[in-house]
Amino acid sequence: MTGTISEAVLEQDLASMPQLQGSMFEGRGLRSRLYTGITWLLAILASLPLFSVLYMLIAKGGARINWETLTALPPSAFEFGGGIGPAIVGTAVMVGIGAAISIPIGILAAIYLAEIDPHTKLAQTARFLAKVLTGFPSILAGVFVYAALVVAMKSYSAWAGGIALAVLMLPTVILTAEEALKQVPQKMKDAAYGMGCTRAQVIGKVTLPTGIPGVMTGVLLAVAGAAGESAPLLFTALFSTYYINGWEGLGEPTSSLSILIYNFSGMPYDNQIELAWTASLVLVLIILVFNILARVLGRQKY
Amino acid sequence: MNATADAVTSPAATWSIDPQDTVMDCRLEKIFYGDFLAVRNSIVPIEKNKITGFIGPSGCGKSTVLRSLNRMNDLIPVFRFEGSVTYHGQDIYDKSIDPVLVRRYIGMVFQQPNPFSMSIYDNVAFGLRLNRYKGDLDERVEKALRSAALWTEVKDKLKNSGLSLSGGQQQRLCIARAVATEPDVLLMDEPCSALDPIATRQVEELMLELKEHYSVALVTHNMQQATRVADTTAFFSVDISQGSRTGYLVEMGETRQVFEDPQADLTKEYVSGEFS
Amino acid sequence: MASNPFAHVVTKVCGPPSAADYGADKLLRAVVWGAAAVILLLVTYIVFELGRQAFPAMLSFGPEFLYSTTWDVQAKQFGILPEIWGTLYSSLLALLLGGVLGVAIAIFLTQDFLDHRVSNVFRTIVEMLAAIPSVVYGLWGIYVLIPLIRPGANWLHDSLGWFPFFGTSLSGPGMAPAALVLAVMILPTVAAISVDAFKRVPYKVKEAAYGMGTTRWEAILKVMLPSASSGILAALVLGFGRALGETMALAMLIGNSNQISLSLFAPANTLASLLASSFPEAGPIEVQALMYAALALLAITLLVNVFGLWIMKAATRKFEGR
Repeated sequence: MTGTISEAVLEQDLASMPQLQGSMFEGRGLRSRLYTGITWLLAILASLPLFSVLYMLIAKGGARINWETLTALPPSAFEFGGGIGPAIVGTAVMVGIGAAISIPIGILAAIYLAEIDPHTKLAQTARFLAKVLTGFPSILAGVFVYAALVVAMKSYSAWAGGIALAVLMLPTVILTAEEALKQVPQKMKDAAYGMGCTRAQVIGKVTLPTGIPGVMTGVLLAVAGAAGESAPLLFTALFSTYYINGWEGLGEPTSSLSILIYNFSGMPYDNQIELAWTASLVLVLIILVFNILARVLGRQKY
Repeated sequence: MNATADAVTSPAATWSIDPQDTVMDCRLEKIFYGDFLAVRNSIVPIEKNKITGFIGPSGCGKSTVLRSLNRMNDLIPVFRFEGSVTYHGQDIYDKSIDPVLVRRYIGMVFQQPNPFSMSIYDNVAFGLRLNRYKGDLDERVEKALRSAALWTEVKDKLKNSGLSLSGGQQQRLCIARAVATEPDVLLMDEPCSALDPIATRQVEELMLELKEHYSVALVTHNMQQATRVADTTAFFSVDISQGSRTGYLVEMGETRQVFEDPQADLTKEYVSGEFS
Repeated sequence: MASNPFAHVVTKVCGPPSAADYGADKLLRAVVWGAAAVILLLVTYIVFELGRQAFPAMLSFGPEFLYSTTWDVQAKQFGILPEIWGTLYSSLLALLLGGVLGVAIAIFLTQDFLDHRVSNVFRTIVEMLAAIPSVVYGLWGIYVLIPLIRPGANWLHDSLGWFPFFGTSLSGPGMAPAALVLAVMILPTVAAISVDAFKRVPYKVKEAAYGMGTTRWEAILKVMLPSASSGILAALVLGFGRALGETMALAMLIGNSNQISLSLFAPANTLASLLASSFPEAGPIEVQALMYAALALLAITLLVNVFGLWIMKAATRKFEGR
């Protein structure tokens, strides 16, 4: 091919052509590479704490994972062994109370915001306050429930802890459920209205059943978040070294994983510190399970 | 264009039908969305056991008119209606009338196929259950699917999701869903616009069968479709002289007459393809 | 509505909704209205209850409470200036670090640096960072982070001790580990909101930049960042709001010492950790003072969050207008 063109012409052509290939050492290219390098570095730097935390959880917390640890009562100061059983149950019970209160109210409020009257003053105010509440310091939920409930009941209790968690779960449930219900295609709702459904029938027969996976995603994320909360339980549920004792036990101070970690982390005994790591591992596993469930449900589309 | 628009005579003057054959007498004076006047002064009777086609350029308000006939527009908060739609001697816009009730008798098929995310069977049974139908549900569902020419294709997979069907099948499912309750009037809003030619032909054949039992109002952007299926055709146009786009009825008559011997110049331009 | 005007219409199936259907409709409307009103009542009640509990303290300590520095239960002297300082200082430091990392991650995730699988890995990492509870970060801070940074911190103090930021040595808990953990904790918030901000920039804007012959980084720095700036600002403000209210990790790491110092290695205190550490053992007078402090924290976080939401609203509108 080149044989048909004289070398001189070829060279001249090359010289007159703009050079399209930039050199990697040229100003722009070099700077781009530098920025890209820095970005990679920052991203990896940001990931390091996670890997460090996970490593510690598995190495330190994993060492004590066994049936005894998961079921036994927490040890006293110089005792060996012991476990985190009451804390697991306490966390489950209080998150359950929080969910039982916040999920129905949250979903009903979301129905109002997404379907019934999205543009009224009430809807706009409720939506705004829910957004503000997502940034509400969790400790203040504890202070509020202490003032409103613990003082009146004259006792720390699982009820108070669960209600404090409900205050924190409510905005998450409302906002995610509203978003999920809005995702239900309008044309499906139109079809239902076109058949002569009342508003309640459209919601009950079409909007809710179609939007439920998205709603559940929000609910599961709220549950995961609540399970990890500790500040709101500090002076609502306080702590206990025993299992919740029946229905009446809900009116007494109650143990939780997060408060156990907080209490044991500052103790000068290795046994307690090991248990704090084990409790952390269990807590993170619980949260991860709920997060993964939320993600799986969130992936479903209509 | 605007000069001719103002010269149009009232459609009632050129064509009329016996009130005995009218199932819905629609006298639309003004339809507003907020301050926007979408449709004005249109008298559109819907004939019993006939297909009434609504044609016209886009933005002429033909879908707005259709959605006013079963009060679907009431779902839009800024919608405002002046006029009357008389159905069985009753103005459906009367204050005492619940829009929900109107929609039970006047069914609708939409532009986009919109099956619910439930099984094929449940989609068709939806309206029956809604009306607390006491008879044999299976029989009714089969009948509706047969009349929508879908039965043979889905009879072995009634438990599958309605969304698993193809576009044309979905639209026929929606028609089956609409006719399962045997509504009195069926409003169809460009039911073939999302369908391929084969599915379109199937749906058109279906419409011709449906008119034996139902009165159908059909909005279409496809003039050939109107000539193929509509008995009566209403031609709407859009008036931009007032600075906004307001739709109105130009001419209404038997389909053959509207297409072959249009009375208004605007209709003449539109059906001969000079108007887009 | 009792009589059906269309009853004579010949149809086998169609009929009006039953009284029960109408009843259910009315009931649902009432119930969901009530549920939406709950959040209004809740917020009102929270503000009212905290205000009521703090009222005696507000009367007896007055505005001086906000700018005096002693917290002495015996002397009944209460002031929260060190806590306000510690709250703002730790949050600002965290914002500096977490903000840079969060925005960098948002750029990394949205500007086509990575193929789908790798970017999903990083997305998961950020989500998991957000999922780890505060106490676990606190525990990690005590047993991993503090031992890790102590040698470096003390070397900085020994060689650059004249510099106010390094004015003290790090004996254990202190501002630096607290702010570092706080940075990690707000990073996911900043990253998530910034990712949304970048995604809101219309594709044609980016296309236009590439069309002018910019390199990827010129497009990012000169076009994408300015276009997404208000959304990123919202991310930073809301991240800051998160940091202000964060409690447990700080209570475990900041040292709970009632002092005002610029030094990164000195122990300090924040409003939230003051509440966490003092409340359980407080007597009636101290509880009143703590309620006052809680009200101050509420006011600061509300202010910052409302401001952040306001910016976010403006940022969301930016590309929606025509």
